Amino acid sequence: MFEVRVQEAAFDLGAEHARLAALGPAVGAVVSFVGQVRDHSLRLEHYPGMAERQLAAVLQEARARWPLLGAILVHRFGVLPVGTPIVLVLSASGHREAAFSSAEFLMDWLKTRAPFWKQAGGDWVDAKAGDDAAASRWRD
Amino acid sequence: MIRLLYFAWVRERIGLGEESLPLAAPALLSAIVDRLCGQSAGHAAAFADVSRIRAAVNQDFVGFDAMVRPGDEVALFPPVTGG
Repeated sequence: MFEVRVQEAAFDLGAEHARLAALGPAVGAVVSFVGQVRDHSLRLEHYPGMAERQLAAVLQEARARWPLLGAILVHRFGVLPVGTPIVLVLSASGHREAAFSSAEFLMDWLKTRAPFWKQAGGDWVDAKAGDDAAASRWRD
Repeated sequence: MIRLLYFAWVRERIGLGEESLPLAAPALLSAIVDRLCGQSAGHAAAFADVSRIRAAVNQDFVGFDAMVRPGDEVALFPPVTGG
């Protein structure tokens, strides 16, 4: 099961994890990551269509690099208060190394490729050079 | 005709999320952005520094040297900040 979703609604980590955990006897590891709003409430704008397309492309790239049995990416948009989950990454594999590494890769790449923009107060958040560096360490 | 989409502060400076531009033959994206700068003061302000602009054609990232064809969907926006 490989799935990407872009939604305003909250997601349920336990329910998504259970779907991957139940994929079959070959699943030996499921890694999950939840990003949440820090410091200031945010409004997230996105490019409908391209957001899903780019998340799917990032997921395809992860599948080419690791022997994944399943993965789920969920990214939220809209108004999100401090402490609210924004992004969910789940990766399932036979062993922990592929699950850990691919989950980290998925986060790093989606931050520089998925068309979402954060606004805090009235100000648009600037892209961080550190995010580009994190994404580029996965090349080859 | 091409469909143009703007996001975040690019959308705010232009004052539009979406518009159409007549395009009869393929053209470089950089030439299209130059044309857009002549449309209004807001367009000129949005594209004053193209090093701060990212672009997509038909929902794939491209550089400003990309060719745009009639019927394409072209999006112009700041570097992404999701995750």
